[in-house]
Amino acid sequence: MISNDFIALLPLIVMASASVGVMLGIAASRSHGFTASLALFSIYLAILSLVIAYSEVPRQVTPLIVIDKFAILYMALILLSGAAVIILSFGYLSKHYVACEEYYLLLLLAMLGSMVLVCSSHFASFFLGLELLSISLYALIAYPKSRIKHVEAGMKYLVLAAVSSAFLLFGMALIYADSGAMTLSVIASKASHDAGYTLPFIAGLTLMIVGIGFKLALVPFHMWTPDVYEGAPPPVAAFIATVSKGAIFAILLRYFTQTDFLKSDSLFLVFAFITFVSMIAGNILALFQNNIKRVLAYSSIAHMGYLLVAFLSGGAFSAQVVTFYLVTYFVTTFGAFGVITLLSDNERDADDIDDYRGMSSRRPFLAAVFTAMLFSLAGIPLTAGFIGKFYLITAGASSGLWVLVVTLALSSVIGLFYYLRIIFSLYARPVPEQPFPMRGISLAGGMLLAVLLMLLLWIGVYPAPLMDGIRLMIGVGG
Amino acid sequence: MTLILLIAIPLIGGILSWLSARIHPRAPFWISLTALSADLVLAISIWTNRLPTLISDRLQGQWIIDFRHAWIPQLGIGIHLALDGLSLILVTLTAFIGIVAVVSSWSEIRERIGFFHVNLMFIIAGILGVFLSLDLFLFYFFWELMLVPMYFLISIWGHENRVYASMKFFIFTQAGGLLMLVSILGLYFIHGRSTGIYTFDYLQLLGTALSTQEGLWLMAGFAVAFAVKLPAVPFHTWLADAHTEAPTAGSIILAGLLLKTGAYGFLRFVLPLFPEASSIIALPAMIVGTVSILYGAALAFAQTDFKRMIAYTSVSHMGFVLLGIFAMNELALQGAVMQIVAHGISTGMLFFIAGALQERIHTRDMSIMGGMWSTAPRMGAVALLFAAASLGLPGMGNFVGEFLVLLGSWQANAVTTVIAGTGLIGATAYAVWMMHTTFFSVAKSEWKFPDFSVREMAVAAVMIAAIVATGLYPQPVLDASADSMHRLQKIIQGAQYPADRADQKAASAVTEGNR
Repeated sequence: MISNDFIALLPLIVMASASVGVMLGIAASRSHGFTASLALFSIYLAILSLVIAYSEVPRQVTPLIVIDKFAILYMALILLSGAAVIILSFGYLSKHYVACEEYYLLLLLAMLGSMVLVCSSHFASFFLGLELLSISLYALIAYPKSRIKHVEAGMKYLVLAAVSSAFLLFGMALIYADSGAMTLSVIASKASHDAGYTLPFIAGLTLMIVGIGFKLALVPFHMWTPDVYEGAPPPVAAFIATVSKGAIFAILLRYFTQTDFLKSDSLFLVFAFITFVSMIAGNILALFQNNIKRVLAYSSIAHMGYLLVAFLSGGAFSAQVVTFYLVTYFVTTFGAFGVITLLSDNERDADDIDDYRGMSSRRPFLAAVFTAMLFSLAGIPLTAGFIGKFYLITAGASSGLWVLVVTLALSSVIGLFYYLRIIFSLYARPVPEQPFPMRGISLAGGMLLAVLLMLLLWIGVYPAPLMDGIRLMIGVGG
Repeated sequence: MTLILLIAIPLIGGILSWLSARIHPRAPFWISLTALSADLVLAISIWTNRLPTLISDRLQGQWIIDFRHAWIPQLGIGIHLALDGLSLILVTLTAFIGIVAVVSSWSEIRERIGFFHVNLMFIIAGILGVFLSLDLFLFYFFWELMLVPMYFLISIWGHENRVYASMKFFIFTQAGGLLMLVSILGLYFIHGRSTGIYTFDYLQLLGTALSTQEGLWLMAGFAVAFAVKLPAVPFHTWLADAHTEAPTAGSIILAGLLLKTGAYGFLRFVLPLFPEASSIIALPAMIVGTVSILYGAALAFAQTDFKRMIAYTSVSHMGFVLLGIFAMNELALQGAVMQIVAHGISTGMLFFIAGALQERIHTRDMSIMGGMWSTAPRMGAVALLFAAASLGLPGMGNFVGEFLVLLGSWQANAVTTVIAGTGLIGATAYAVWMMHTTFFSVAKSEWKFPDFSVREMAVAAVMIAAIVATGLYPQPVLDASADSMHRLQKIIQGAQYPADRADQKAASAVTEGNR
């Protein structure tokens, strides 16, 4: 390796050493505030290092890692999301009486894992990143260990994620045995031609789709989502919904939209089916939930389905659309989970729909933010979600995926039901005996929500700069 | 800039009135009223300044004011607002009915007044945007924008069954809207593929070459969205619930303005963008219109709920609009525009009366009303006048509209016209029945409530003036819409007789050049 390689790798190096630094810091002295600010500071450093690494793109560092504009963009997204999670977590953890310093260490590791994931160009680095992410998540979900619910969710995620990792690993092994290749681009191009399929290759591919489907929580691999979303601390749930899924999507985008993946009918059909059922099942199942986190979980299943519509349209345009939508989805999800986090306390999380009854009169700001976020999820104008959904439908329509596009449109009408139900309860007349004690919200959390709200409206009204930015990073021709 | 201002005034006014609620509970009311009055003055100033020149010189081009600005250039989306005679009529109507809606809320809305007004003003801004947009994306944007505040209006300040009604309203219109979006995109890509220019601009998409199949499918998406809004049977079921459960101001806006966006959509988008497909479905659409007229009248007659009854009369009246639009000749189109205006005024006022009644006697049940004339003669007289307008009595705007529609549709299809004409009998039946059971007949209880106040009489006076003026001297409205309807009719003719198309193209090229 030469020094340029190290410059390109700088973001990853910074994050890795930050994890070590935070660990040593905790060993030296336990201080919640200090650890959190150290974590934030290292994210800040990592973002700076992205700027430095940008001068070296695109660069293949060993067969394992490729640093290009695409990776830089996604790493930036991950880092910003991580910062948002830390800000939210700080207030949330302060209300718990547990030692919460290691939480940040785990979070940094999870972020490092996702960053490796988006840069990976090889089975080894792909799996390494994924496991780093997953293992940190097991612990993060179960972190407030005083509550049995969190531990249960952590265990669930552990078992299912481990199984899916095993699927993935076995699939990789089969593909390697068949093709002798471990480089993702080689495999992706091989996968996009039906002609080259042999039995082990098909088996391997199927197993990998199962593994990826699990991580993205697509139907029929979605069972874990509602339980984990409900059980995980809200900031961690937000992290799972955004970073962990976004990183996987980045990999799919990088390798499948470049190759003409539509050419493989069978692969296309499999994904189209998954897309179709995810949109429908996600939206329908969400109808029956009274727990807001579960509603968001099912709605995230539907949203992953929407994303796949654009993904299936193929080509560089689809990568831009998916990235755009991911940005809007990140903003929205952090906004929604942010509100839940700020309202939760050490007794329990504010996740029952009744907790939100009449919130508009007692907490107008939080109610306004939550309303805007839900509208964005539903795709109502003036919010980012509207432009995002429009963009997705545009991508789908550009490739003539009419069945999926119409399904997207109609199933999102179903989605309206449950979003409106929550919004309605926000503006309903408050119940006299308030079941949920209302505490002051942290200033940082409030400011984060204000920023997210502004972003949401800005993207919703004037998305041109963001589209330009994404186009710049994910250039034409991929 | 004027057009931006037209939309921006209610938006800013709405936000200001929201904030002002903290200062004084009456402040939002006055701010909204001022903002809408400013809009009305602006609209009237366009009438007086620009319109005479337009009428005198038809070659000047369709658009009185045309405003363009880049918005999302990557996708060919621009802020393109333009105003022609048709838009001008509807914009004026919007500001006018908006004022009535605001005034109607004076005593009815007591909770969260600021939030109420911001919603009201955002709906009006959305409606204005719909009437002015010439970019399909922008149009869709405004189309969706008016839904959410309407949802809030019904679900927060509505009556007993408001949750159900607001959900139903939202889901119906949203489903229609999304299908329209799919069609918009279909058109966008077909146009883009054939010309290489990917744009949402209406003027450029106009005249996109479509196969019959494509035209029909794309038109279907638009037509469903507009038919839901209009509403045409069988997409009307949301309407009765929404109108009934909404607060008075909401009902007035819904009936007076929101339904008109559906009619406007047919006139501005369905017919010009898909002339061929429209000709194909003209007869079925006329039949749907006729069914709506009769079915709406029959349902109205069967109601015991005052507001629900008025809601169904809307179905009936908007059936005339649909009939007129798909008769596709200038006379019927003009009649449809006239009917839009007259129905906006007359039904708006009937809902105003219904709201006033409910505020006083806390019920909408017509079976327990009766004999209220002696208690509230002013109210009764106004109601009688608007019942007469609703049944199409000559001298009021509705008569002109229905007469022109029937006259025009006779030329297109005599049979449906005859059947539709019997709808007027139904209208007479329900209007007379309504008056009989509420203000006449035997008093079922001792009515003791105040008659119309000065505020309410002022509204009534203005509305009476408007409905009588459109009935006795409809010429300004007809003049204003003449040019737009004339062009529309030419486009359709071009599609019906393809041989003439070349001439039409040449003629329109001349027009373009003159712009």
